[in-house]
Amino acid sequence: MKIIVPIKQVPETSNVKMDPETGTVIRAGIETVVNPLDLYALEAALRLKEQYGGTVTAITMGPPPAVKALKEAVAMGCDNAALVSDRAFGGADTWATSYTLAQAILHMGAFDLILTGERATDGDTAQVGPGIAAWLDLPVATYVARIEGIAKGRLTLERLVEEGYQQLSVPLPCLLTVVKEIAAPRLPTLRGKKAAMRMEIPVFSTANLPLDSGCIGLKGSPTKVVRINTPKVTRGGRKVLATDDGAVEAAVDGLIAFLDEKGLIEGERQ
Amino acid sequence: MSGVWTLAEQAHGELKGVSFELLARGRKLADQLGVPLVSVLIGDGVEDSRLHELIARGADEVYAVQDPRLAHFVCETYARILTHLINERKPDIILAAATSSGRTLMPYVAVRVRAGLTADCTELDIEEGTGNLLQTRPAIGGNIMATIKTPHHRPQMATVRPKSTRPLPPDPTRRGTIMSIPLDASLVDPRVTVLGYRRDVSDFVNLEESDIVVAGGKGLKKGEHFAMLRRLAETLGGVVGASREAVDRGWIGYPHQIGLSGKTISPKLYLGAGISGSIQHLAGIKTSEIIVSVNPDPDAPLHQVADYAIVGDAFQILPALQRRLEARKGKKA
Repeated sequence: MKIIVPIKQVPETSNVKMDPETGTVIRAGIETVVNPLDLYALEAALRLKEQYGGTVTAITMGPPPAVKALKEAVAMGCDNAALVSDRAFGGADTWATSYTLAQAILHMGAFDLILTGERATDGDTAQVGPGIAAWLDLPVATYVARIEGIAKGRLTLERLVEEGYQQLSVPLPCLLTVVKEIAAPRLPTLRGKKAAMRMEIPVFSTANLPLDSGCIGLKGSPTKVVRINTPKVTRGGRKVLATDDGAVEAAVDGLIAFLDEKGLIEGERQ
Repeated sequence: MSGVWTLAEQAHGELKGVSFELLARGRKLADQLGVPLVSVLIGDGVEDSRLHELIARGADEVYAVQDPRLAHFVCETYARILTHLINERKPDIILAAATSSGRTLMPYVAVRVRAGLTADCTELDIEEGTGNLLQTRPAIGGNIMATIKTPHHRPQMATVRPKSTRPLPPDPTRRGTIMSIPLDASLVDPRVTVLGYRRDVSDFVNLEESDIVVAGGKGLKKGEHFAMLRRLAETLGGVVGASREAVDRGWIGYPHQIGLSGKTISPKLYLGAGISGSIQHLAGIKTSEIIVSVNPDPDAPLHQVADYAIVGDAFQILPALQRRLEARKGKKA
């Protein structure tokens, strides 16, 4: 079975600093990591490979340093990796990104399954996974929490939805986006790290991918960013100290009155 | 001009609340543009009397594509139907709920019709002069708000978080048309089959669609202590959420997890107890209407974003709060 895992390199969220002047993210000097939610997709892919045989290929679109994310995926156990990188891809929204990744995946040949994380922790859209599926006309199952098994070319799985878990039978090839519940990601191994160091990672660009130039990068993106604002961090709320018994009652009184005023609790005023 | 569309959602023949929330958003945009507001329902078994509620709560027209084969959300079939409707009727704007189905269907369809799509919008407005939809959304863990538009492609598509809008009160005097559109069988994609639902899951929670969420974290020290939160949530008419730390310790199941690797919620009230408020957790709650925090550490980041912060011990505060709420309820009864 050939499994492809599109991943994204993102800024380490706990270290994100904002430029108060421009309201944009300060990228310089920021640690980057594999999108934490993609680790679940990598783990799910590696487990399927262990159970059913085959290969796992990690693919990412980004500037050349994004190769670091691919090396991390190889260190976890991926067999292959591919970087999709070109200045012309810069500024792509989710529509153009899913187009470009879908074309790169097609270019790599036949596959059985594409697994992605639920969303990336920076853009937070969850749109690229289903977008790739739409470009490739694949069935898609999102929020997959459990893969029960594969038989006769069909996956049986459960997706986490509002009412519980929806159970689906989905034919291969298909695309799944997975949630954290699917499996705990493994750590990179020494053997994997060595393989990553040695691996020559192929680069796909406008030079070797058949792409419609009207569908890539900033120019090919239907959405445009008009402005970026930094929201107020604090709400100017009330802070009440409740460190001894009398203060506890007073703090709770205050909270009840506050919730009452906001219409959030029932019952009679006391 | 075919106007503003909002996607209604249904389950077991009942319309979901998000259908009405979206109409409140859509009504404002349709009025600004001077175009009709259409509620589009793909599903099964919703009766006409129920469809009239869509009109009463803001829609000018309802397009209902209903068939037993559409009872459950299957992305490929729903996408083919919606794509067909879009190509035929050319709406300017389509809004959907940022639910498990909305967040799957919208990107799939956006690719098919070459539309711009913006996820999880918190504000929607019309740009003066151009009539473009201005879509504002949080990104980078809620650290920035980006305003996005789609100047050259139609439709302009956006998803909106459940509970971030109040539905309009029903106005039974509103008039509108309900159009039943028969399912074109060639649009049914037979590839994926729904086997069923597992609802017997003990302790399942629908965090995103709850008005009140009482959440606990590492400060609760033990899984058993979540019982205290459950009682409080029940008394307040809400549900229980948790930080990643609590879920990773096995104190409560993943469906309860709030934050970057869990759910993003916008309830009317979020109360966090024993949660310090990591950036990842705050990203999941920042759009809550009211935030209340209970934590002994005066410097806990959750206190900084709270509307009402109690610096104190959850094991003292929560039982006291519980007693007071129960006493009030007793009085009412």
